[in-house]
Amino acid sequence: MTTPAQIETPTSGRGRRFAALVRKESYQIVRDPSSILIAFVLPLILLFLFGYGVSLDTTQTRIGLVVEQETPLTRDLAAGFQASRYFSVSLGRDRRDFEDDLVLGRLRGIVVIPARFTADHAAGRHPALQVLVDGSDPNTANFVQNYAQATVANWERQQRGQDAGPPPAISAEQRFWFNPELTSRNFLVPGSIAIVMTLVGTLLTSLVVAREWERGTMEAMMATPVSAAELLAGKLLPYFLLGLASMTLCVLLAVFLFGVPFRGSVAALYALSATFLMPALGQGLLISAATKNQFLASQLALISAFLPAFLLSGFLFEINSMPTVIQWITFIVPARYLIPSLQTVFLAGDIWPMFLQAIAVMLLIGCVFFALAARSTRKRIG
Amino acid sequence: MIADERFVQISGVVKRFGKEAPALDHVDGDILGGRITGLVGPDGAGKTTLIRLMTGLMLPDEGTVTVLGFDTAKDAASIQASIGYMPQRFGLYEDLSVQENLDLYADLRGLPLVERTATYDELLEFTDLKRFTSRLAGKLSGGMKQKLGLACALLRKPRLLLLDEPGVGVDPISRRDLWKMVENLTASGIGVVWSTAYLDEAEACDRVLLLNEGKLLFEGAPAELTGRVADRVFKISGTTGRKREALAHYLDGDGVVDGVIQGDAIRLVIAPGFAPPEEPADTTGTAPSATVAPPRFEDAFIDMLGGGPGGRSKLAEAQTPFANEDGKPVIEAHGLTKRFGDFTAADDISFDIPRGQIFGLLGPNGAGKSTTFKMLCGLLKPSAGEGRVAGFDLRRDAAEARNRLGYMAQKFSLYGDLSVAQNLNFFAGVYGLSGERKRERTRLMVEIFGFGRLLDMSAKDLPLGLKQRLALACAVLHEPEALFLDEPTSGVDPITRREFWTHINGLVEKGVTVLVTTHFMDEAEYCDRISLIYRGRSIALGSPDDLKKQVATAALPDPTMEDAFIALVQGSEERQAAA
Repeated sequence: MTTPAQIETPTSGRGRRFAALVRKESYQIVRDPSSILIAFVLPLILLFLFGYGVSLDTTQTRIGLVVEQETPLTRDLAAGFQASRYFSVSLGRDRRDFEDDLVLGRLRGIVVIPARFTADHAAGRHPALQVLVDGSDPNTANFVQNYAQATVANWERQQRGQDAGPPPAISAEQRFWFNPELTSRNFLVPGSIAIVMTLVGTLLTSLVVAREWERGTMEAMMATPVSAAELLAGKLLPYFLLGLASMTLCVLLAVFLFGVPFRGSVAALYALSATFLMPALGQGLLISAATKNQFLASQLALISAFLPAFLLSGFLFEINSMPTVIQWITFIVPARYLIPSLQTVFLAGDIWPMFLQAIAVMLLIGCVFFALAARSTRKRIG
Repeated sequence: MIADERFVQISGVVKRFGKEAPALDHVDGDILGGRITGLVGPDGAGKTTLIRLMTGLMLPDEGTVTVLGFDTAKDAASIQASIGYMPQRFGLYEDLSVQENLDLYADLRGLPLVERTATYDELLEFTDLKRFTSRLAGKLSGGMKQKLGLACALLRKPRLLLLDEPGVGVDPISRRDLWKMVENLTASGIGVVWSTAYLDEAEACDRVLLLNEGKLLFEGAPAELTGRVADRVFKISGTTGRKREALAHYLDGDGVVDGVIQGDAIRLVIAPGFAPPEEPADTTGTAPSATVAPPRFEDAFIDMLGGGPGGRSKLAEAQTPFANEDGKPVIEAHGLTKRFGDFTAADDISFDIPRGQIFGLLGPNGAGKSTTFKMLCGLLKPSAGEGRVAGFDLRRDAAEARNRLGYMAQKFSLYGDLSVAQNLNFFAGVYGLSGERKRERTRLMVEIFGFGRLLDMSAKDLPLGLKQRLALACAVLHEPEALFLDEPTSGVDPITRREFWTHINGLVEKGVTVLVTTHFMDEAEYCDRISLIYRGRSIALGSPDDLKKQVATAALPDPTMEDAFIALVQGSEERQAAA
């Protein structure tokens, strides 16, 4: 009496149970509007936002140009600034004319051509310009400074050409590789694909598992012969595939709609994305197992996965310019490894040494999440 | 014979959650094969915890649970291969169809493919779900969900079937169907555990484990328990006039353990050694007659807990009486109708309640009771028809009407994070009490309900019975003319339930008018009149005794309220089918 009536070979039973769980999950994904929303509609919105709405390129930055002494030379230099497509120039005689505007944020910087400029130039001394910038917005401040220097350098070259003097001994010429037009869309769109996969992998997964706890179906499942590993795997496979589907949609849009170049291989793209889904799914499972509550799970997923993927991955903000402690934290953000690799796949091509390293680290983080999730998803309640 | 084999042995089980009193405190008991064992007790008694321990999904802190010969701590997998378990919300996937749910559980339980057609046929026949196989589980009625949940638990003929409160939220007809199905199962040797807070369900079980506050009070046949109060239960009829006053009088007498109103009669449980009460309780001169009544499970339960409260209600004593001058009804409903899209939740409901009466809306969950109720206290706008409270039209003078009513919401909606004192203060403020009156009324509530030592406790940490008391206190702070009670005693223990009705009976004697919704059939007996609500319509209206008389037959001369309900529903369906 103590043994179940029939004993099946464990593998066949396991295979069928797993298939049943995957099938159930797939029906639910297809029938639940919120899954479709998170996996396909939200990514579209994000992609359009980054494709059209957000641009980190700066053109027509407003500056004040102070010409303290008007001479043909300074007029010529001022014309150089006015002709630049990067600046929108207001002319003045005294820097005090612009100081208030700079403080109020109406101007991003002030460029002063000092009274001594013409004299210094005539004497063959290297003439100095003064650039005042609003340091509260470091990105723009850097930008104003760099482009002001570039504009002056440009002007000096022209001057020399006119004077037919000897060319300078050394000249540094900038050339941007891989994204020659420096279009921010070209690196924002690949980056946002990582964000999209975080949404599907972590947010959606944590929500659907928490939902099973809330509705009591998890309890009913657990009281059947299904094992905890089967339950987890049956959850993961459908969302893994959904994540890849969502990624594919994004890549197609990026290439064909936004015209982002795709220079690497499809194999590298899928290898990287698939690996990235490991830590993302693992984190989703861990969150739902720990909270068992959809509201809490969604908040935790947003704060612990979505925001770091945004802010701490190098997607929008340069990691090197973060405080050291924050830089350490970025090492455990999986998106930090995916985003540069994805940008490389799109803009540069396959650089396998870089990819393999990223894959190794993401796998490691994934393993840690899975171990923690498996530990908290035993076949026990409360 | 497999029956009576010990399928589950529970010995010395203790289970704690956090620092509170243990959810289960040294519980011992057996579940037998081929029998329905009722796991009986109010909410919070430990029923669900005990069932989870039997599934092996939870482990005891002390003691052992052995299921079908396996220790739950060591061999949960073997147990899970031979049990069927239906958790409280049936464990169904609402996005999957009936057939897909069956397929899923068949795969998970390893039902061989060759047996499937026959098993599905049998189960769908058994549960009468054949016509609905392609319908999504989320679109089924409560009763159908419950049957599907049962079918899923039965897919691979379990030896032990665990059902956690299968009777909750289901209409009495489906409940009876389910009971018959389960009885059939035991005939083939399956052991069944049926947990319930309804004591009438307990009475029908072969054996019961009676739990209260985590302790096992009784194990054995229900007849054995009710036998303890045999010859001590009396039905007193003929108390013409004010039966509530008579009940209060009896309850204060010596040797009365418990008393309730049952239609026009009063039911009393007398302590051993005391004579049945004989003195006339009313002033009209006709002597009421006491006859011995068959004992019920609830009588024995209360007797075991040491008897119910006395008949005096301090709350009612402090209430200023409302004079019945004009004889006009206090609450009126005229053709109240509410539609949500193309679904009619309440259809042309009419009744009126004279001052100082209790009116009940009786029906299963989802029948339209709460919708009707909410329209009458101004929380929902009717699609058609009108409602009046204390003469005020709810559409035009909702604020005036609401000031005159006290509302006790389902599940005792209190502010869980506020303390007892803060809740009282808040509700006093909401009802516009201030100054001396506010202080006096709040102080009175604290005194009457004994909140003295609990004032600083968060409402959410109170035990269910105290939550219910606090909810009542908040609803009557402003001495309302009309009291709206939505499932006021759902899940609380019978003693608390008695206490609650003592207060309500007292208030009614002072002229307060009460509208109550309930799905407890025997609670309907407290009402002067009831309306049976079924699928949005009122299918019968009258006093409890009238309704019971309507369905009395030679075969069933003394029907219960549930018998009446079922007969009336079936009658109304036949009329509809004929029309």
